[in-house]
Amino acid sequence: MTKLDAKIPSGPMKDKWTKRRFEGKLVNPANKRKYTVIVVGTGLAGGAAAASLSELGYKVKSFCIQDSPRRAHSIAAQGGINAAKNYPNDGDSVHRLFYDTVKGGDFRAREANVHRLAEISNSIIDQCVAQGVPFAREYGGNLDNRSFGGAQVSRTFYARGQTGQQLLLGAYSALMKEVGRGNVEMHARTEMLDLVVVDGKAKGIITRNLITGDIETHVADAVILATGGYGNVFYLSTNAKACNATAAWRAHKKGAYFANPCFTQIHPTCIPVHGDYQSKLTLMSESLRNDGRIWVPQKESESRRPTDIPEEERDYYLERRYPAFGNLVPRDIASRAAKERCDSGFGVGNTGLAVFLDFAESIERLGKSAIEARYGNLFQMYERIVGDNPYETPMMIYPAIHYTMGGLWVDYDLMSTIPGLYVLGEANFSDHGANRLGASALMQGLADGYFVIPSTISEYLAGETPGAVSENNDAFKQAKEQVNTKINKLMNIKGERTVDDFHRELGLLVWDKCGMGRNEAGLKEALEKIPQIRKEFWENVNVLGDEDNVNQSLEKAGRVADFLEFAEVMVTDALDRNESCGGHFREEHQTENGEALRNDDDYCYVAAWEYAGDDKAPILNKEPLEFEEVKLATRNYK
Amino acid sequence: MAHQTIHLTLKVWRQPRADAPGRFEVYDAKAIDVDMSFLEMLDVVNEGLIKENKEPIAFDHDCREGICGMCGAVINGIPHGPLKSTTVCQLHMRHFKSGDTITIEPWRAGAFPVVKDLVVDRSAFDRIISKGGYISVKTGSAPEANAIPIPKKDADLAMDAAACIGCGACVAACPNASAMLFVGAKVSQFALLPQGQVERKTRVKNMVARMDSEGFGNCSNELECEAACPKDISVSNIARMNREF
Ligand SMILES: Cc1cc2nc3c(=O)[nH]c(=O)nc-3n(C[C@H](O)[C@H](O)[C@H](O)COP(=O)(O)OP(=O)(O)OC[C@H]3O[C@@H](n4cnc5c(N)ncnc54)[C@H](O)[C@@H]3O)c2cc1C
Ligand code: FES
Repeated sequence: MTKLDAKIPSGPMKDKWTKRRFEGKLVNPANKRKYTVIVVGTGLAGGAAAASLSELGYKVKSFCIQDSPRRAHSIAAQGGINAAKNYPNDGDSVHRLFYDTVKGGDFRAREANVHRLAEISNSIIDQCVAQGVPFAREYGGNLDNRSFGGAQVSRTFYARGQTGQQLLLGAYSALMKEVGRGNVEMHARTEMLDLVVVDGKAKGIITRNLITGDIETHVADAVILATGGYGNVFYLSTNAKACNATAAWRAHKKGAYFANPCFTQIHPTCIPVHGDYQSKLTLMSESLRNDGRIWVPQKESESRRPTDIPEEERDYYLERRYPAFGNLVPRDIASRAAKERCDSGFGVGNTGLAVFLDFAESIERLGKSAIEARYGNLFQMYERIVGDNPYETPMMIYPAIHYTMGGLWVDYDLMSTIPGLYVLGEANFSDHGANRLGASALMQGLADGYFVIPSTISEYLAGETPGAVSENNDAFKQAKEQVNTKINKLMNIKGERTVDDFHRELGLLVWDKCGMGRNEAGLKEALEKIPQIRKEFWENVNVLGDEDNVNQSLEKAGRVADFLEFAEVMVTDALDRNESCGGHFREEHQTENGEALRNDDDYCYVAAWEYAGDDKAPILNKEPLEFEEVKLATRNYK
Repeated sequence: MAHQTIHLTLKVWRQPRADAPGRFEVYDAKAIDVDMSFLEMLDVVNEGLIKENKEPIAFDHDCREGICGMCGAVINGIPHGPLKSTTVCQLHMRHFKSGDTITIEPWRAGAFPVVKDLVVDRSAFDRIISKGGYISVKTGSAPEANAIPIPKKDADLAMDAAACIGCGACVAACPNASAMLFVGAKVSQFALLPQGQVERKTRVKNMVARMDSEGFGNCSNELECEAACPKDISVSNIARMNREF
């Protein structure tokens, strides 16, 4: 086992970040332009990083899969972004945001990182407002706040139901400003297919141009991955279709450790699955839980329409089980409670895999127009998809995979175990532990991109000679050859099954065995089956078309091939973590009331998996977690 | 409960490459569940094509929630299809009848060349934004967020304009292939906010100059753009841009 050094600055928690910025080496302003930094991904994390690094003077090369950097998956975030401004004067502070995030993460996040996140949160809001992000405002002209998923203070800033869109357009505009200035070279519709490591340091990437199919090399002095989460390993998730683990996985195979891959988040309020053809799941923002009440019938296999079921025959199970938080309990708890009711036979809808989210009472109390002002676009979206009007009949919802807390291991500076490779946003593991609180991913992505990386990357770059490596280096040639070989292999199988068919099979398996509930037998079964699916994939997948043209099947095939490898580490991690915590619920470890039972004596660590070679079991490295400020305690939302 | 299904005939534009000629191909779409989205219907057709060793239809999509602006096709002559205020990824098959023939084409505009099948190149939009679709505030130099109050009315109007998803349906719908709605929405968002005032004059000039050089046409008040916009961006944004100009 390698010793993982998180490089957490010494001293009191509240001074660490200041200390780090003061002590880190700087790059002289005149020298910055000599350094090239590659930023893969243009979501909140990558977009913010590319723009900010370019403003500082570094040369930046930015990459994304979509046809425009503005379309990264961050665009879909609905609910909002947290900050510790305490504008409502309801007792919030940096310390409380820090405390809530550590506790919400079920004590599996690194305290120092979380504290920095809370400290930076306020500057993010300032920055976004200055960029022209049209956040919701009160009549007096000041910014409005709301309470959101699991918080007892109102610290969430929002732009209607399109907060992610507006924040991303802010980051995108900053990025395009730098593109216009000629300092960022933008490569849209370009997919990173490998990381190039020279003498142990990240020095570039290999990409495929998704229009021409050209395999290209890009050299740099440092590489940043801001490539998002791996939720699509489950096939059905709320993630956009192009979300993938490829960049992270290829970096992992080059030496970057993968941390806590079993920490995946299931969101309680999604539109239930309706058919085999289903291509993705749609989130209904969690803000709906502020005014909607969740219930199931008290009678099993109830056949009456929801509106015909009298009040006393309904089970508002969250309010019943968690009187203090009610419908606002954190996501993992709300999701499991829904699963428990449905598994016990009280689920509703065609499949029995759904619960009601009911607005009748709030409509009566506040009026339809107030509800419409708050959630109009969400109600419209629901009606568009389901064909039911939620003003008149309760919505039906069910949990779905939504976010991945696990990701590449990074130290306090956000550097991975490969020197010169940094990982930002959802792609890293650092801030949310075993469960993320609502409205905290946007905060983290922007904190990483706007404020952390610009301050930490200079420490590394200052020690590097700019442009020391050229693309004639053997490492680039080899990596390029490997990428080509893999593509040729995929193109030449010409088997019987489609890429999606394999992806669905894998997704169903991991959802079943490594989803909301996990147990030893199921995880072991998954570990047996994944290699079988992978083997068949490489013998029997059918990728048509040409490699030198737009080829969406080929793109998907590469991503699914990586998911088929990654899934094994995720399940291995779930099996190894023989405790329940946050989104990781091991059925063997629960209280009498079905709450997660943590085991701090044995599992208070970050599991950082090291790649050991094809078809070899990954090696477990541990970063022990110490809690100085927030005392280890059982989460209690009763 | 049995799902209701319909049978359709699709006429789909197939074009192997940017520089190759394209033509319509006809496909049967059988047993389509009415609860499917339009793109899920295309997925099913594509799975069938692959099984017959035919190349699937290439189309852009990502979020499938109507927010990323990646999807887009002209369906029976209407960008994003018949349902108002709805992107093609959010259009569901319950709005079609069994026996219907559906024509599916890419956006048609000189400034949006076809790349393959239904996929077009919309990078002209990014180039327009790079000429002024931003407020030049560097990271770290922002004042306290509540330092400048903004009347709720203005913030709401700015949000209405900012809701544009950059899909390009406005261009596809316009007989002149004009990008005035797209550019007008961005110019309006910033014109309505105090933060946008400093660069107000240069922004609109530079963005319009770029729009013209990209080969987008002029606005002749056909209002087709507003009708096709899945996000209900109002043509009043064009009027505001003209005042700004
Ligand atoms: C429906 C939904 C709603 C949400 N709502 C909220 C919310 O209200 N509040 C909140 O805080 N969080 C929310 N989240 C979570 C949050 O949106 C994400 O965690 C966050 O936006 C991730 O940002 P990112 O920058 O890390 O990655 P992403 O936005 O996923 O960006 C990834 C980028 O990497 C690129 N990329 C990936 N792989 C490659 C490759 N191999 N080569 C080149 N480029 C690549 C992509 O093209 C993209 O540009 C929501 C998530 C979902 C799914
Ligand atoms: S796929 Fe994102 S808007 Fe349609």
